[in-house]
Amino acid sequence: MKIVMLWTDAMIFLLLATALASGWYIRQRPHLLLPWQRVARSGAGMVSLLVLSLFVLVGLLDTLHYRAALPDKSNGHTVYSPEVLSAFDALAGGLRSRTEKTYSAPLASYLYAKESIATADGKTLRDYPRLKFGGAHLGDPGREGAGDVAQRALLGAAGGLLVGGLFAWVVVVGWAKCSLPTRDAHASVGGHSCPPYTLRALMIAALIIAALIGAVANLSTAYHVLGTDKVGQDVLYLSLKSIRTGLVIGTVTTLVMLPFALLLGIAAGYLRGWVDDVIQYVYTVLSSIPSVLLIAAAVLIMQAYIEMHADWFETAASRADLRLLFLCLILGVTSWTGLCRLLRGETLKLRELEYIQAAQAFGVSSFRILTRHIVPNVMHIVLIAVVMDFSSLVLAEAVLSYVGVGVDPSTMSFGTLINAARMEMGREPMVWWTLAAAFSFMLVLVLAANLFADAVRDAFDPRLNRTEGAT
Amino acid sequence: MIAYLIRRLLYALPILIGVNLLTFALFFVVNTPDDMARMQLGIKRVTPEAIGKWKQQHGYDKPLLFNARASGSEKFSDTIFYNKSVGMFVFDFGYSDDGRSIGREIQTRMVPSLAIALPTFLVGLLIYITFALLMTLFRATALDMVGVALCVFMMSVSGLFYIIGGQFLVSKLWHWVPISGYAGGVDGIKFVLLPVLIGVMGSVGASSRWYRTIFLEEIGKDYVRTARAKGLSELRVLFRHVLKNAMIPILTGVVVVIPLLFMGSLLTESFFGIPGLGSYTIDAINAQDFSVVRAMVFLGSVLYIAGLILTDISYTMVDPRVRLQ
Repeated sequence: MKIVMLWTDAMIFLLLATALASGWYIRQRPHLLLPWQRVARSGAGMVSLLVLSLFVLVGLLDTLHYRAALPDKSNGHTVYSPEVLSAFDALAGGLRSRTEKTYSAPLASYLYAKESIATADGKTLRDYPRLKFGGAHLGDPGREGAGDVAQRALLGAAGGLLVGGLFAWVVVVGWAKCSLPTRDAHASVGGHSCPPYTLRALMIAALIIAALIGAVANLSTAYHVLGTDKVGQDVLYLSLKSIRTGLVIGTVTTLVMLPFALLLGIAAGYLRGWVDDVIQYVYTVLSSIPSVLLIAAAVLIMQAYIEMHADWFETAASRADLRLLFLCLILGVTSWTGLCRLLRGETLKLRELEYIQAAQAFGVSSFRILTRHIVPNVMHIVLIAVVMDFSSLVLAEAVLSYVGVGVDPSTMSFGTLINAARMEMGREPMVWWTLAAAFSFMLVLVLAANLFADAVRDAFDPRLNRTEGAT
Repeated sequence: MIAYLIRRLLYALPILIGVNLLTFALFFVVNTPDDMARMQLGIKRVTPEAIGKWKQQHGYDKPLLFNARASGSEKFSDTIFYNKSVGMFVFDFGYSDDGRSIGREIQTRMVPSLAIALPTFLVGLLIYITFALLMTLFRATALDMVGVALCVFMMSVSGLFYIIGGQFLVSKLWHWVPISGYAGGVDGIKFVLLPVLIGVMGSVGASSRWYRTIFLEEIGKDYVRTARAKGLSELRVLFRHVLKNAMIPILTGVVVVIPLLFMGSLLTESFFGIPGLGSYTIDAINAQDFSVVRAMVFLGSVLYIAGLILTDISYTMVDPRVRLQ
């Protein structure tokens, strides 16, 4: 086995490290922890965080890439498979490898299309053949199918509930511990315990999700829960694999955009003069080009560039990955202008405040004023913008892939799934499950992200807090 | 006012030059004309002669920015930059790869684009503001909560879903309107209905919520309290005072997109087979026709800047305090 580190993998690990480090940093400081505790008090916010973290977990597992060693060795050297797999693929196991011939409906035991089957007495029969894997253990699917599905689903749900209950119990115990009023003078600043309804909502959501996961997991050992696609791949597997792409687009883009927006926005607002003029000029030029067109133009160029240098890439996955990274870069370059304008405005406001003037009067250097006084005070804007942007980026990926300027066609993503499934609606009988699966996964991810973003905005926006305090 | 307009138009010039240079750099420096020729002719088995011929046919056989071999002013004018980019300032977009005049295409395709985009814009505006006003009227009640929840849900659904789902339901299952196509005049109405409906649906969530936030911000202000203290009914307060005062933030977001309506919508037009500028752009992207994409980028930024200027002018209409000098 050979560990493969793709470019986006490195970006994700960088982001993860940053998130962990800032989490640790915030934990130490009660005044930074305060708004997060406000988030923790919001029921919708916590439930959506739970859903989001499940998505992130799948995405992270799908980020640990490797290439398996092939059994045959050529003169002593181990040869590695050209296929790049991930820890998620290894865990999913059968989901990935149990492919059928072509379409099959969710939980079906028969193929979607009729075929000529040779019967025992040498005749050929035109009928729906049995699936190789879906419901293969059944003797007579027509009679036993529904009962077997129900039984497996119930069993799985029960197992899931058990695990979920255990998890819930751990959380309750942990929660009770951290919500006890501490004697610590600092800790008492930042409110504490979460209201019981938040906890209750979280518990109920966790149990429902656990039961659902249990049922689906148990069913997927014997059936294709969401059916199979044109080449017989399990749609559930494809949808789960798409999560990583969505997350990468939503987060790595932010990583690209932030330095531009933060550096230029604050520099323009604080230094003013010609710096401000230049930066304003740059972002007016960039934002005056319709973003879809700019993205399309840049992606076209990048596509041509990669095609010219196809020999740079060892595997198809690394080429697709570089394309994904480029897409994030392009999205980042086209989307920093909005945040930059906000930060410039805020910095313009901040630099006239007394405490900044006091710092200037004391002879504190500009660099120190910027890092110590300005940056921490615009961070709430950055955070709100980042969480708000995430969901729109996930949605944008699907649209861009449809337009033909999205991710590589070999990269599994919601956009490529939808694009491939678009024509299937016209078939008779209709093949609806791929589209339905892609749209539902995307809906859940984006809805959770939107709800979480709202909770974060409510907690961090100083203008909204005022009204919150009044009610 | 006139002086202000002239100044704004002069300000727009450096921005357009910036856009032009940026697209030029993007299209010609990152990807040299040789690369473009190779891509159009197919990557493999392409002879230098074929590349040279393609370049000559499409006018790419000149230096990029500065022609040392030419004489006088031709040193600058006999270059790719001059031939391909400078003409855009007078809306001379040149020819697409299949030899048609881009300017003429834009003129004819603008009408179908507008036929979809304008009704979508107007109907949408009416519906979003109505919903937002209703939610504001019933603020902090169960109705408002349900409304906001619905908005969040609707904005979480992918725009592609509305299009695919709408086409399937309305056209394929119920056979109410044709699934796609376009016709001019009165016949065209049946083609326009569904795209407009779906276009309005697609952003009802985000927009209604945005207008609601604006109205809620206004309703917390002092003049509203005064109006209520005067004994005005809540409806009167909402329509006479809040709506009027909310016009400025509303106009900021709305007027800027009006000129961009000419460009049409990429997604809607390509799904519904409408021969507008949006589908023109998508076709160009798929055919990798750089001249068309470049022309659309330039046109888009011109219209955006026009939108910004219109926004400023619209302020003077709704807010007597604003004077443009």
